[in-house]
Amino acid sequence: MTPVAIMVGSNRIVPGSGVIHPVGNVDLGSNEEKNLRRTIVQKAIEALHTELKEQTVFPRPSV
Amino acid sequence: MVSQGLRVVHYLNQFFGGLGGEEKAHIGPQLREGFVGPGKVLHDAVKGRGEVVATIICGDNYFAERTEEAVQQILQMVTPCRPDILIAGPAFNAGRYGIACGELCKAVQDRLGIPAATGMYEENPGVDLYRREVYIVKTAESVRGMPDIISQMVALVLKLVDKKKIGRPAEEGYFPRGIARDESSDMNAAERAIAMVLAKIKGAPFESEIESPKFDKVKPAPPVKDMASATIALATDGGLVRRGNPEKLDPRGATWLRSYNVKGLKALNPEDFACHHSGFDTVFVSQDPNRLVPVDVMRDLENEGVIGKLHDKVCATAGVAASLSNAKKVGESLAEQLKAEGVDGVILTST
Repeated sequence: MTPVAIMVGSNRIVPGSGVIHPVGNVDLGSNEEKNLRRTIVQKAIEALHTELKEQTVFPRPSV
Repeated sequence: MVSQGLRVVHYLNQFFGGLGGEEKAHIGPQLREGFVGPGKVLHDAVKGRGEVVATIICGDNYFAERTEEAVQQILQMVTPCRPDILIAGPAFNAGRYGIACGELCKAVQDRLGIPAATGMYEENPGVDLYRREVYIVKTAESVRGMPDIISQMVALVLKLVDKKKIGRPAEEGYFPRGIARDESSDMNAAERAIAMVLAKIKGAPFESEIESPKFDKVKPAPPVKDMASATIALATDGGLVRRGNPEKLDPRGATWLRSYNVKGLKALNPEDFACHHSGFDTVFVSQDPNRLVPVDVMRDLENEGVIGKLHDKVCATAGVAASLSNAKKVGESLAEQLKAEGVDGVILTST
């Protein structure tokens, strides 16, 4: 749904991990899932901390 | 039966009413019998169906500075004239005049139940403010083409008086009102879509059957400077609810916000929280709500000092086919609330 966020004008965008679990993944074990969640949330924190002039998508590092 | 003897009232500002320019913009509403200035064109345009029985002239600043009062004064002046129709302006690109025309047309429609029309240039702020409620004929930026504009306005109001169907905006020359109306066509939707695409490729004019939404461009907020002492809130449009949905969150439409206290919670417990959203399969989030609203990770980051504090409230709504205007209202009210509560940044999770 990242293209929708861009279209409507969101400025700080972090792609999540799926429509049915934006910060989760049922295919992973619970520890790995929590680690994944942490990576995405940390990226969001980084986005909040970043000075921006225009809409920016903050890609997740591959886990 | 076609009504004859229609009584038309015309609204003009101080300039078109012949009182003067900006130096007369403070003048309050005045009633004149019959037509004034460009009202002659209007009078000629309604010949055979009626006449301009009165003209109201009002200063643009007077109207702008006390709108409701001015509207009431004008309605009081207009009512004894027993009008069947109000024509305002046209205002071309004059902003205050356009707003006065739009506001007055709306008032006579709502409060006197009579048809009204006005005319403006597309960049006149009155267009965006009033086009959904008032018939606004498109004009050029400069004052020209008065006879054509007046006859378009008159054609529209006469159709309203005669209770005839009003044609499409492009046909009748008014700004689209955002009304979708069923119509039958000889061509089916596929044929009409292909015809539109072919016209677009050829560079020929075409008219979209549905208006595309216009999105705001918002300047990015300045970054959170000191994350280690910042309060960060979590919010979602993914339909987080307390088990059983006691707050009765709507599963679609982002009609309003709910907030839940997460003070002291290490994570969202699936016994206390669930997901109520008609736009996706909510099973996995209901099994573990942290998959939608990551309270568990945020609490860890708070304990580790990465962020100063996780805000005690989590705010939620359910998006799903939300109208732009609802979504905007909900977003703005959330931002105001959180700002007042001392929040420095928000992470909004969305499906």
